[in-house]
Amino acid sequence: MRAEAMSGTSLLYNLRFRAILYQVIAVAGIVLLGLYLFSNVSQKLAEQNIATGFGYLSREAGFVISQTLIDYKPTDTYGRAILAGIVNTVWVSAWSVVLATVIGLFVGIARLSRNPLLAFLAFLYVEALRNVPLLLYLFLWYALIVTGLPGVREAWEVMPHVFLSNSGLTVPSLVWSGAHTTVLLALVLGGILAVVFHRRATAERIRTGQARTMWPWIALAVLLPPALALLIAQPDLAVDLPEKGRFRLTGGAQLRPEFTALLVGLALSASAGIAEIVRSGILSVRKGQWEAARALGLRDGSTMRLVVLPQALRVIIPPLTSSYLSLFKNSSLAIAIGYPDLVMVSNTTMNQTGQAIEGIAIFMLVYLGLSIMISVFMNWYNSRVALKER
Amino acid sequence: MIQPKSMVRWLAMSLIAGVAAVSAAPASAQSTLDTVKKRGKILCGVSPVAPGFSYADDKGVRRGFDVDICRAVSAAIFADPDKVEYVPLNTNVRFQAVQSGEVDILSRQNTWSFTRDASLGLDFGPVVFYDGQGLMAPSKLNVKSAGELADAAICLLPGTTTLQNLEDFFRPRNIKYESVVFENSDEWRNAFFNGRCDAITTDRSDLASVRAIANDPSQYVVLPETISKEPLAPTIRQNDPNWRDILNWSVYALIGAEEKGVTQANVDEFLKSEDPEIQRMLGVNGDFGKMLGLDNKWAYNIVKSVGNYGEVFDRNLGPKTRLGLTRGPNELWTKGGLLYAPPFR
Repeated sequence: MRAEAMSGTSLLYNLRFRAILYQVIAVAGIVLLGLYLFSNVSQKLAEQNIATGFGYLSREAGFVISQTLIDYKPTDTYGRAILAGIVNTVWVSAWSVVLATVIGLFVGIARLSRNPLLAFLAFLYVEALRNVPLLLYLFLWYALIVTGLPGVREAWEVMPHVFLSNSGLTVPSLVWSGAHTTVLLALVLGGILAVVFHRRATAERIRTGQARTMWPWIALAVLLPPALALLIAQPDLAVDLPEKGRFRLTGGAQLRPEFTALLVGLALSASAGIAEIVRSGILSVRKGQWEAARALGLRDGSTMRLVVLPQALRVIIPPLTSSYLSLFKNSSLAIAIGYPDLVMVSNTTMNQTGQAIEGIAIFMLVYLGLSIMISVFMNWYNSRVALKER
Repeated sequence: MIQPKSMVRWLAMSLIAGVAAVSAAPASAQSTLDTVKKRGKILCGVSPVAPGFSYADDKGVRRGFDVDICRAVSAAIFADPDKVEYVPLNTNVRFQAVQSGEVDILSRQNTWSFTRDASLGLDFGPVVFYDGQGLMAPSKLNVKSAGELADAAICLLPGTTTLQNLEDFFRPRNIKYESVVFENSDEWRNAFFNGRCDAITTDRSDLASVRAIANDPSQYVVLPETISKEPLAPTIRQNDPNWRDILNWSVYALIGAEEKGVTQANVDEFLKSEDPEIQRMLGVNGDFGKMLGLDNKWAYNIVKSVGNYGEVFDRNLGPKTRLGLTRGPNELWTKGGLLYAPPFR
């Protein structure tokens, strides 16, 4: 065998060598093709006098983006404008994922309800939402908001200083400062402390078999850090109240109709798919598990929460990952109803600079990168809930 | 022994074939005129729906000011204004469509600007319409000028310089505003009509179209400010000087004909004119058409089938149309406007 592998002619007969050779050739071919395409494109662009390169990212953007989470002014660069677009995309996708998961879970369970009316309503919900293209729903939700609600000058004052109009929901807001951030961080710290306390108490109870009264400690853990922070940092409690100006409501915080329509559209459409995934997951858990849980004296709700759902998760997570990914990518439909996501900002950039190839490359890379991050996270979670064979 | 070798060969061959196919695609050696003549028609990029500029009439025939520019070029080349295939393009893809050769002429209310001319591999023909960005607001808001629009929400379309012009206008005046940008022009108009925005902005010619679409146009007023210069000019690729000459002189023939008083109705009488410039223009004397690679009757054919600039303007945009635009700067230089054709000599 070794002698054969050494000689030149028979090397080709070596299966392992051949397998590697084919792969090397395939990879080399793809790389060459890629290089060729790249040089071809650059050459043609140069011949046609079309500007190339990413230098434009550091030039002044000169256009406004109306809803941004990060600080952005028109005097900032194109790079920062695109970053603001990315943050907007992530922001609306993240809220949609949360909303879609919660709604999907409840509708999925309702689909299996023994109450025929509830089961039928859930069935209608799922079929109505998953059988119509998302874009049409986006137009519908947006049109409902914009034509259904009164104009901003006739805004409807739901509660004192809370206005609802076709320009969105405007509420009073705190004038934010560093002190507020301190209190917020303290609140998060308190939450983390409470979780740690609770875990340790549970572990203790399992070990010793004795339950101690823990809730005063947990309450203290939640409340103490923010209370201290309030005392020390003394945040200013000034409130910015929205007022009717000549055209708009000025001041306060605003939930804009473009964001709302996109959030609702994405979340509802995805929730229909998620409901079906949840239903299939629950059905995949054998009847015997229900019966065993009942025999132990668990009620329906507890059976679902403690016995069925944890097992159903193994079936639910992989297709759920796909749902999240498509929701994330569907957020690019934002451009149809005027929400400034990554695609819209890139489009404006491309049209001002004329550099379409670079613009599209950026947003493809961003979508690819973020999608891979979602996949990696979900795969990690999947391996955590996967059946542990002991 | 045979299999792996043939496998390698197959891989190599397919790779070469792939490369050859890719490199064959973006050819640009042949002149645009030859390509157009061989194809038998011009590919003309236009707006999908822009009343007055480019729209399909009730019989499905495309009409409008931008459309007539392509029809004039078609008449110059084929002695027939209708050898044109119209490609509706939205603002986002229009320049790529020219760069990639998908259209021969882009006649789509495009603004001629420095970066477009210098960095996109494009050439611009003569300005066919002097436009400027304006704003329109509902009359019930009682807005007298754009400077009053502090804190207002303004609806606009992406893919144009509109957003940048707005910023250039408001920043020095220290006015904050909210921009709501729509990809789709129906959504954009509806958001404005429904009061999501307090004002809408685009080129003034386009504002006239939006107003013409409204249920009651009298409820909307166009504000007096013109916040930018928007010289609209047909656009072509930068690699063909002859094609550029054909486009330029087709437009100049429209303007020149109006200067000389030549119209669709009287062009045949002008064939007997004693004016040497008219004789050269209409191909009675000289070989002007040949110099462009066209028939000597090229300009005659343009005027005969499309009319002169004034006729094209009045038919599509003028006071008697729904848009009801006046000539303004789009008047001949002899009448105080900006239109000026170089001499035919």
